[in-house]
Amino acid sequence: MATRTVYRKGVPILEGLRYRGREGMFAWLLHRASGIGILLFLALHIVDIFLMSFGPELFNALLVLYHAWWGRIMTVFLLFGVLFHALNGARIIIQDFWPRLWPHERTLIWIEAAIFLPIFLWGAYMFLLPLFQS
Amino acid sequence: MNGNLNRAFVNRRGRVPRGNFELYSWFFMRISGVVLLVIAVFHLFYMHFAIGVDNIDYDLVAERWGNPLWKVFDFFLLVFALTHGVNGFRAILDDYVHRPGWSVFAKSMLFLVYVALLGIGAYVILTFTPEAAQAALS
Repeated sequence: MATRTVYRKGVPILEGLRYRGREGMFAWLLHRASGIGILLFLALHIVDIFLMSFGPELFNALLVLYHAWWGRIMTVFLLFGVLFHALNGARIIIQDFWPRLWPHERTLIWIEAAIFLPIFLWGAYMFLLPLFQS
Repeated sequence: MNGNLNRAFVNRRGRVPRGNFELYSWFFMRISGVVLLVIAVFHLFYMHFAIGVDNIDYDLVAERWGNPLWKVFDFFLLVFALTHGVNGFRAILDDYVHRPGWSVFAKSMLFLVYVALLGIGAYVILTFTPEAAQAALS
């Protein structure tokens, strides 16, 4: 008979944040949150592309999702999620195949942040620029 | 080592996984992760910077799908991204849903959503022609 771990219910979020996992914990948390976010967007994206089967009127009407000002702001979140998930996933793969790098995880996360930030800031700037030009 | 790994699974799921499925799952996430690092990031940047989101409409997508290579690209993007995402969500369910009944229920629902999205996505990519879209309306 297998023993099961007893899980505490209703652990306050603040208690979770006090857990001092530092860089590794926040990378894990962001990886999970961005993964869920991208999957939700992907479901929406598959449905909107599916509407291509029903002709131009319906499809073009739904493109407000991407063309409206709030759509552009949501896209910046998507860029954040995809870019972070891609770079953080690459770091995890590199660490998985070269286990000697595990002790240097924090350094790798800061290198990852140094690659992520300029690309994201430039991308977010380019995405939002049209909002201020019209 | 394997015993420890199995004990971790027993804690999370209440049973020992069968066969090598979780090993293949782990390996698939790495392979598809590298593939998506190239094609999903390329897709996002290409559609927003090379084409521009304001230029995207029915005619542009129809013109793109006139080229079979873009159909193949979009099909691989669909299969890899959706399978990677759904498999990741399965791992999250293992972390938070512990009761065996709810776990089976949640994963069954997830699998149904996976099959449905894969089905409509593959359908529109593989069967799309502008004529077929017009015929569907009339």
